[in-house]
Amino acid sequence: MTGAPDAALALRVEDLSVSVGGRRVLAQVSFTLAPGELCGLIGANGSGNTTLLRSLLGFVAPSGGTIRLGGDGARRLGYLPQKVSVDPFMPLRARDVVALGLDGHRLGLPLPSRQRRARVDAALAAVSAEAFADRRIGTLSGGQQQRVFIAHALVRRPQLLLLDEPLASLDPSSATEIATLLRRISRDTGIAVLMSAHEINTLVPVMDRVIYLAGGRAAAGPVAEVIRSDVLSRLYGHHIDVLDVHGRILVVPAPGAGHDHTHVTRVP
Amino acid sequence: MIAGIFASSWVAGSIVAVLAGVIGFFVVLRGSVFAAHALPLGAFPAVAAARLWGLDLLATVLAFSVLGAAVVAALSRRTRRDIATALWLVLMLGAGELILSRLQGYSRAVYGLFFGQLLGVTPADLHMIAGVGAVAVVLVLIAFRPLLLSGLSADLAAVAGVPAGLLDLVFLTLVALAAAAALPAVGALLAFSLMVGPASAARMVCDRPLPGLALSVALALATVWGALLLASATGWPVGFFVGVAGLGLYVAGRLAGRGYAPLRR
Amino acid sequence: MLGLLPVGFLDSAPVQHALVIGGFAAVVAALVGVPTLLRGQAFVTDALAHVSSAGGALAPLIGINALGGFVLMSLAAALGLEAAPPRQRAERDLQTGAVFGAGLGVAALFLYLDVTLPGGSGNAVGVLFGSVFLLGASDILPAALAGGAALALLALYLRPMLLASLDPDLAAVQGVRLRRVGLAHLAALTLAIGLAAMTVGAVLSTALLVAPAAAALVLTDRPARALMLAAGLGLAGMWGGILMAWQSYVWTAGHAWPASFCIVAVLIGLNLAATLGRGLWRLGRRGAA
Repeated sequence: MTGAPDAALALRVEDLSVSVGGRRVLAQVSFTLAPGELCGLIGANGSGNTTLLRSLLGFVAPSGGTIRLGGDGARRLGYLPQKVSVDPFMPLRARDVVALGLDGHRLGLPLPSRQRRARVDAALAAVSAEAFADRRIGTLSGGQQQRVFIAHALVRRPQLLLLDEPLASLDPSSATEIATLLRRISRDTGIAVLMSAHEINTLVPVMDRVIYLAGGRAAAGPVAEVIRSDVLSRLYGHHIDVLDVHGRILVVPAPGAGHDHTHVTRVP
Repeated sequence: MIAGIFASSWVAGSIVAVLAGVIGFFVVLRGSVFAAHALPLGAFPAVAAARLWGLDLLATVLAFSVLGAAVVAALSRRTRRDIATALWLVLMLGAGELILSRLQGYSRAVYGLFFGQLLGVTPADLHMIAGVGAVAVVLVLIAFRPLLLSGLSADLAAVAGVPAGLLDLVFLTLVALAAAAALPAVGALLAFSLMVGPASAARMVCDRPLPGLALSVALALATVWGALLLASATGWPVGFFVGVAGLGLYVAGRLAGRGYAPLRR
Repeated sequence: MLGLLPVGFLDSAPVQHALVIGGFAAVVAALVGVPTLLRGQAFVTDALAHVSSAGGALAPLIGINALGGFVLMSLAAALGLEAAPPRQRAERDLQTGAVFGAGLGVAALFLYLDVTLPGGSGNAVGVLFGSVFLLGASDILPAALAGGAALALLALYLRPMLLASLDPDLAAVQGVRLRRVGLAHLAALTLAIGLAAMTVGAVLSTALLVAPAAAALVLTDRPARALMLAAGLGLAGMWGGILMAWQSYVWTAGHAWPASFCIVAVLIGLNLAATLGRGLWRLGRRGAA
C-alpha cells in the first residue's frame, strides 16, 4: 500500500477503508500531513482511532485506498501505543528505556558507544527529561513516564510520529505540557505528528490540522474548517451545534438527535 | 571438606547457580514465575524415562523441555496461561510417577529428582550441566535486548518489530533448558527456588539491567555455596537451605523495595 | 450398569474406601476449584499443594494423621501469603513462588528426617504421590470433617467470592469484606488440597482442583452450572481413575499402574474432551450460521 515518496508531504492517505472482522471500521478516509505539522485525531471510543493508526503502521491491511509516506521512501515510523503500563520494579532507568527504543530489537548485548549515548541524550533532551534520566522508570510520575516513552519513540528519528491517546490518564496540567512538548518537537525537528484524543480542547492551541472521526467516516483539515456546525452535521448525518464557551469548544447534538456522540460534550 | 568427594558437586552447583541467576532475572522481570516452576517438573518424566529405558539423558531432557515450552506456549493461546501450565504440570508429574513406579528404589529416585542429589553428581551429569548451561546462557545474552524490551512492554516490543510469539517460545525453552541442566543436581523444585529468590532481590537493589543481572548471579552463587557448606556441616538436605535462602532473599527484596508505593495496599 | 464392572471390583474393601473417600475428596476439590480459578489462583493452588507435602512428611514425625499434616502446612503457607499481599498479579506470583520454594525446602528436610529418624515412615513416594487404595476406615471421619468444613465455608462465602473475583472494587463498595472473603477462600482451599493430597498425593492434588473446574468453566459461564459440572467431572475422573488402576493390573499382566497417575490421566482426558468438544461445537455453529 505504500507508494512512491511524495516529497512535499509526510503522509498522504486517500480513500482509506478498513474492515476488521467483517465490520467496516473506516470508510474512505482521506487526509494529508506535511512535515512539521501536528494533527489531532479526534473521535470517541470505537470510532476507529486506533484502527487508523494501526493501518498506518501496517499492522492492519486496508480493504481499499492508499497510504503514501513522504520523505526518502523508507518507512521510518515512531509509535506510542495506548496506556503503556510499567512494572514498578522493572530494573530500567529512563535512559535505558530510551536506549531500548534505539536498538531494543537487536540481538546481542548492548555495547556502550559514544554515538549511542549521544542519541539517547539528544532524545531525552528533546522531551526535557534530563532531570530524571537516571531514575528508575517505575518511580516516575505519569507525565514523566509519558515523556520518556515519547523519547523512546523519537530516538530512531522517525519522519512520522503516531501517538495513541498520549494525553489519556494524565492530569490536565501534565496533558497541556505534553501537548505543548509535541508541538515543539514537530516544529523543531520537522517530524509530522499524528495523535489521537477523545477531547479536543487540550489540542486546539497546538494542532495545525484535525481529523474528526465519527461512524467510520472522517472530516479532515485545519481546525477552523472542520470543527464547524455544518461540517460535523454532515459527518454525523444530523444537526450538530459547535459552541464556543469562553474559548472552549463544545460539540453538542441538537435536541432529539442521536446520542452516539454526546461524549464530545465533556468539558474538562 | 570441600575437596575430594564434594568437588564435582561444588562445580555443578556453581554452574547451576550462574544459570539460574541469569534466567531467573528474566523470569522475574517478565513475570513468568509459574512457567519457571512448571517447566522443570515437565522434564521430570524425561529423567525417569532415561533412567528406566537407558536413553541418552541429555537428548531426552531436551526433547521434553522443548515440548513442554511449546505446549504451554500453544495452550495458553486457547485457555488462561496459568490453567494450561497447571494441567501440563500435573500430567507430566503423573507420567513421571508412572515411569518411576517401574524402577527399583522408586522412593529414593523420586526424592532425588524432586530435591536433588547435589552431593552425588556424576561426571556424566556434570558434562550435561555444563553443556546445556553454556548454551542457555549464550542464548539469553544474544536475546538480551528483545527480552528486556518485551519485558518492559509487549506493545512497545511489537512496535519495534520483535516477534512476540517466537520470543515467548524461545524464552520458555530457555527456562526449560536451565531447568533440565539443574534437575540432576539440585532437583526440579529447588531449581525454581534458585531462579526466583536471588533475582527478585537483585532487581530491587539495582536499577540498571546489567548490574541487576550480575547481582542476581552473585546472590545465586552465594546461596548455593552457603547451602552446600551448611548441608555438609549438618547432614541435612541442600534443598532445605536453598529453599529457605530463596524466601529470605525475596523478603529482603521486599524490604528494600518498601519505599516504592506499589507494594502497599 | 453395575454388571459392566469387573468381577470383585466393588467387593474389595480398599476399592470401597477409595470410591467413597476419593469420590468425596474429588467433589469437594472440584467445587472449591471453581471460585479458585475464577479468582485466577491456579498457581497459588499448585504452590500450596506442593508445600502441603512438607506437612505430609511432618505428620509421622509428630504422630498426627496425614490429612492433618497436609492441611496444617498448606494453611501455614496460605497465611504467610495473606500476611503481606502485593497488589499486582506479577508480584503476587513472585511471592507465591518464594513461599513455595521455602515450603519445598522444608519438605525436603522433613522427608529426609522421615528416613533418618526412628519412627519416620521413609515413604517419600507416599507423601508426594499417595495412593487412594491405602485409605482405610479410620480416614473417613477426618475426611468428612475437613470436607464438611470446606463445603460450609464455600456455602457461606460463595457469592462474595464470585463478586470479588469479578471486580474487587465493586465488591468492596457493596460491603464485601475482601480480606475475610480471601481468608475464607484460602481456608477452604487448604482443606480441599489436604483432602486431595490424601487421595492422590501432595504434588498431584492440583489436578483434582484445577482440571474439573477448568473444564466446567470452558463449558459454561454460569456459576451454578459450573459448580455442578465440576463436581460431576471430578467424581467421574476419580471413579474412572480408580477403575482404570484396577483394570491396569489385567492389562499389564501384574504391573498395576499407580492409581494417582490413572486418576490424573482420566481427569486431564475429561478436560481435553470438554475443551475439544466446546471448540467443535463452536465451529459447527459458525458453519451453520
